[in-house]
Amino acid sequence: MTDALTFILTAVVKVLITIFVLLTAVAYTVWLERKVVGRMQNRWGPSRVGPFGLLQPLADGLKFIFKEDLTPPYVHQFVYILAPMLAVIMALTAIALVPIGPTITIGHITTPIQITGVMDANGHDSSDIGIGLLILLGITSISVYGVSLAGWSSNSKYSLLGSLRASAQMVSYEIALGLSLVGVLMISGTFSLREIVRQQQGGFWHWNIFGGFQFVAFFIYIMAAYAETNRIPFDLPEAETELVAGYHTEYSAMKFAMFFMAEYANMITVACVASVIFLGGWSGPIPSFLPPLLQSLLPVFYFLLRVFFFIFLYIWIRGTLPRFRYDQLMAFGWKFLLPLAIANIVITAFVIAVRG
Amino acid sequence: MLHLILFAIFGGICAGAALNMVVQKHPINSALSLIVVMVSLAMLYMLLGAEFVAAVQIIVYAGAIMVLFVFVIMLLNAGEEEHTKGSRVAMIFGFPSLIIGAGVLVYTLVLKGGNTVSLAIGQFHGRAEDISDLLFKNFLLPFEVTSVLILIAIIGAVLLAQKGGAE
Repeated sequence: MTDALTFILTAVVKVLITIFVLLTAVAYTVWLERKVVGRMQNRWGPSRVGPFGLLQPLADGLKFIFKEDLTPPYVHQFVYILAPMLAVIMALTAIALVPIGPTITIGHITTPIQITGVMDANGHDSSDIGIGLLILLGITSISVYGVSLAGWSSNSKYSLLGSLRASAQMVSYEIALGLSLVGVLMISGTFSLREIVRQQQGGFWHWNIFGGFQFVAFFIYIMAAYAETNRIPFDLPEAETELVAGYHTEYSAMKFAMFFMAEYANMITVACVASVIFLGGWSGPIPSFLPPLLQSLLPVFYFLLRVFFFIFLYIWIRGTLPRFRYDQLMAFGWKFLLPLAIANIVITAFVIAVRG
Repeated sequence: MLHLILFAIFGGICAGAALNMVVQKHPINSALSLIVVMVSLAMLYMLLGAEFVAAVQIIVYAGAIMVLFVFVIMLLNAGEEEHTKGSRVAMIFGFPSLIIGAGVLVYTLVLKGGNTVSLAIGQFHGRAEDISDLLFKNFLLPFEVTSVLILIAIIGAVLLAQKGGAE
């Protein structure tokens, strides 16, 4: 019984820590974006609340809570409330599958730094769900509903157009996203994210992007991920000049904040998956003279470094590129990324078959 | 024990949502109920140990096909359905055949259920490796023929769409 109790307690602690860190990261990604884009546009960005504007996310959060939560007339009540909840739940669930680090030992409890990770029966190896990547794709495909239902239920033409654009775009780019991962899956031969990371240990030449020659797949993944998270240059669903704000035009206060949180949490998840699949996850040099606790936390630092790199790339591109036209977006997805992804799969399969 | 509780929860949700799908008047509510049915079915597959089928169920049915359903409902802006009084044929034949069908199911499951084998979690092999072994070794020809069939359907759809656009 104590085993089961320990298991449940560790799981709860891991979930609480991860959610806390993720939500804080979401808040400070917004701050970072405003700050960095500000610098790129030759202005200061938030600087009034706290040193360097560091308390700005807190002020924003408080403002969202105290705003009036109004529901426009003639909305489809149930779906209108369900949609933001669905978006944020799916965005927060996805992070549970990401392997953030190897194992950590506190007292006599050893556990993998991943919510869905468990120790094997012998107590030395760690493993996670055998189909982790597929579940992640499933969660991504469910999260389309949050956007499309929000636009439909708001009973407003801007919302409806925004959500139609968003769902068409997400469904289209999901195919390229899924296919870009197939090359890596063929090399590693498993869906388990932990196992994929484990196979890339030992130097950057073992990472799938270099060692597996998956840089084309990496490029496709990045492009498709930007479209999936509705970011510039693919932020057609919320193009201000055409659609006011897209699918969340009619939402206010915390409901709007939920969409906002979901978008940034999705950005972080996508960055996590990119690091796990292509950039070797938590791998990096670990000096053996460090104390054991630091040795197990250093990989987490390496992992977060990669995630930070991706977040910065997101912001950098937002500050650089203009928005696509909608037909360009669809043509780019279907006529360029999709054939490229299929070609990548064929070539990778061919190389694997020749090597034996 | 946990297995049984989870089965009861997801089986209950599945049956309830299926019923709700038929009863609801608004098409979007029916579509949402159908999504719940798909997801809880995936959970039932997962309980059986068929994790790959469960994931595919969510990605393909709940994620892709139902998105198209919701999409069409959104585009057509379908309103609430008008209810007819129900045809007399359905009243006369529907309920008796429902009772007979349920009776046959209960009869076969309860009385003829002696020769079933119970399996623990992990004994049933439904991992991705097992399924790909079956698909690409034992059933390669049917698998490839099915994919050709789907290709034919896609080409047919493209042809039909082109014909409509030319006129």
